[in-house]
Amino acid sequence: MKDYQDDYIKLALPKGRFLSPTASLLAEIDLGFQDYSDRTKQYRLRSVRFPGLAAKILQEKDISIQVAVGNYDLGICGLDWIEELLVKYPAGALVKISSLNYGEGSIHAVASTEAGITGIDKLSARRNDCRIVSEYPNLAEAFALNLRMRRFRIFPVWGAAEAYPPENADLAVLWGKSGADIAAQGLIPLKRLLPVTAFLIANRESLENKDLSQILTCFSSKLNAEPQTSIDNGFDVSEELKVSRTWWQTKEINLALPDGHQQAPTAQFLKQTGLPIQGYSDELMNRRPSTDLDWLGIKVIRPQDMPLQVANSNFDLAITGEDWLREHLYRFPSSPVKKLFALGFGAVKIVAAVSQEMPVTNIDEVRALVQSSKLAPLKVTSEYINIADKYLRDNHINPYRLIPTWGASEAFLPEDADMLIDNVQTGKTLEHHKLKIIDVLFRSSACLIANRYSLASSDKKEKMEFLRQKLRAGLN
Amino acid sequence: MEYLHLFTAMGTLTPSMLSKVYSFLDWDGWSGERVVLRPDGTIPVARLYTDNLRGQELARLFYVTNIFAFEGTGKENRERWQCGAEFFGGAKLAPDVEIILLAEEVIRRLGISNIGLQLSHAGLVKALLKELKLNPGEEAKMTNRILEGNWQALTKAKSINPEVDRLIAALVDLKGKSSSFLYNIRASFPKVSQDFKASLEDLISITTVLDKVGCSYKIDIAAIHGFEYYTGVCFKFLAAGEKIGGGGRYDNLVPLMNGEDIPACGFALYVEPIMKLLPQEKEKKGQCGILIKGKELTPEIVKTCFTAAGSLRDAGYPAELDFTGREESNYRWTVLVSGNEPTPFTFTDRVRRRRRDAASMAEILKVVGEG
Repeated sequence: MKDYQDDYIKLALPKGRFLSPTASLLAEIDLGFQDYSDRTKQYRLRSVRFPGLAAKILQEKDISIQVAVGNYDLGICGLDWIEELLVKYPAGALVKISSLNYGEGSIHAVASTEAGITGIDKLSARRNDCRIVSEYPNLAEAFALNLRMRRFRIFPVWGAAEAYPPENADLAVLWGKSGADIAAQGLIPLKRLLPVTAFLIANRESLENKDLSQILTCFSSKLNAEPQTSIDNGFDVSEELKVSRTWWQTKEINLALPDGHQQAPTAQFLKQTGLPIQGYSDELMNRRPSTDLDWLGIKVIRPQDMPLQVANSNFDLAITGEDWLREHLYRFPSSPVKKLFALGFGAVKIVAAVSQEMPVTNIDEVRALVQSSKLAPLKVTSEYINIADKYLRDNHINPYRLIPTWGASEAFLPEDADMLIDNVQTGKTLEHHKLKIIDVLFRSSACLIANRYSLASSDKKEKMEFLRQKLRAGLN
Repeated sequence: MEYLHLFTAMGTLTPSMLSKVYSFLDWDGWSGERVVLRPDGTIPVARLYTDNLRGQELARLFYVTNIFAFEGTGKENRERWQCGAEFFGGAKLAPDVEIILLAEEVIRRLGISNIGLQLSHAGLVKALLKELKLNPGEEAKMTNRILEGNWQALTKAKSINPEVDRLIAALVDLKGKSSSFLYNIRASFPKVSQDFKASLEDLISITTVLDKVGCSYKIDIAAIHGFEYYTGVCFKFLAAGEKIGGGGRYDNLVPLMNGEDIPACGFALYVEPIMKLLPQEKEKKGQCGILIKGKELTPEIVKTCFTAAGSLRDAGYPAELDFTGREESNYRWTVLVSGNEPTPFTFTDRVRRRRRDAASMAEILKVVGEG
């Protein structure tokens, strides 16, 4: 039994940066939801005023996709994530209704002070390859294509795009509060691509066929003429900015350390190894911790991005999760990334889970259900797209649809997906959301990974071995 | 598949075309290098020339290929076929004329009549854009609009020089049918830029030769569409109101791919619209196809059927086998193999409405040969 009925109006509301102003706006227009606050642990919200209105709190990145696929009639999210979808799929089912006129910052194309790129007009003439790193790969590609860049490569990242230039990328396309804010990070804002404001969006079919008028009327006082709503292809006049210089020097060996949940246990582990690393703490976000070893460069990035970055030789070594290594190797089986050893912390299980109400106990029963057409296609949500894809293929589930998410995939079941593939520590979160595990795909913990070419390099071998031994010592 | 970067540089495909390519990471794509399903035929041939025929002074290459572009309406194919010829090297004029005449001859030999040939010149369009003195961003936008077929944008753009506006209006509005038109333009607009004059002279020399060889055409500045790589004469072929081919000169493409400074030109013919115009071939099956039917599925009869089909094929006749026993109406001749001696074959001619028993395949071949 699904909580929502089909004739409900379904609204997707954002977590994170826009949660608080969106909650205030909804209260102001008499469309408030009691539990919509920073402290809530609920995903599903019910409107007191409109019994037929159901809302769910989702990651902002997921909202535009969910509205586009028709799981939600309406949604509120930042223009950056809307354009990230529309620039690639302009003929899709997503309709921008109006800006809600709150938000902050813009999407900028930026370069490092060290890169020698001083103006946007220099980029199209560059003969050599331009590496662009971004959380917004579609916007980054549109930017490069519109600029008629001769040769470019886009590196999608889960976050920390600002940490990549100049050693690991020539340009980054990222969100910044202002040009001055970006300049303070040692980056030159070359061009402002898009202002980021919250937008009310709708699914085209819902807008054409379903009566949403009561809800849209509530918003009417806030719907203004649209500000800039698509990528600006014009050429900026550079503003005068005081750009702080990034201290940076080429190092012989480069090590990537994780931010986020893995940062604290990794810092603790590194203490045990006796490696002299300063400034790696989750209390103060420093993307470039220092060390007394003058040949070692350290950078703090997302663990999800590490295998690809190690494969590219941007880093020789990295501490990440085995789950993200597998996710990478399933996509690129001949990648030159190798697991050296597990580090013994951050243990999780990667599981397949379904609603407790689904009459299945294992994947074979799911297959039978799909084959009987009672559940076809099977909608599967996951952060691990390649792992999920392989699992479903190996288990001969056909047909299925993968819904990529950026976290909190348990929020999708049962209304928006039938199964999730996610990591769990204890399984209590799944239980709390009335889900049950039907399969354990594998166990994962933090591990040290390395680039095979670096391991074999006569110039690097000795120092790589030194680090390997030091880190192994931390296991005892 | 090709590398995406072949198509992204200024002077290759327009942003509109690039937004419709199928691109993805290869299995070894961790470096970020992306590959595409080929969106155009000419650029890969130029890459082949640069990689493999470098140093060859003249190269005349042809291809038949499928190309891919996203199509959102669901009414058109996303995979299309085209064939083309490319001429690398050689001085200007002769290769341009050779390519145009070759394309025309191919279309004519296919049996398509009432072909329309339209001529334009990329140099003329670029010179006009320069005359508008737009900033780089506006010029890029205007170029994209024109390449997407929006010529009204050009007429609406106002230059500070009224003669340029007059020239644009004349070129968009008038369609000449001989080189005389271009002589008239040259005489009417004496103050145009050197770039415009040079391109005009180039087009005059090509059209003069086409006039001499009796090739009819229409000069239409809008006959340039979709591709940024053209630098000189551009042309398109129309039949029954549909574009069936096009091409032109692209002198910068080989240098852009790090090749030598080799001029080039070529054309492509679009298979789908051409197929619609071709005279329908009569169904061979219905006309001369022979069906061998086994009366029963015994090893002996099956063997005789296969041997009979082999004899017919060796003699140059298409033969098919059937053991289902159903009545077939699409074949002129049917051979029923019963295996009964002395006449193991029963032979039916649907056209002459005749049926007879035959003792051997030689007997059947003789009748079929008589038609």
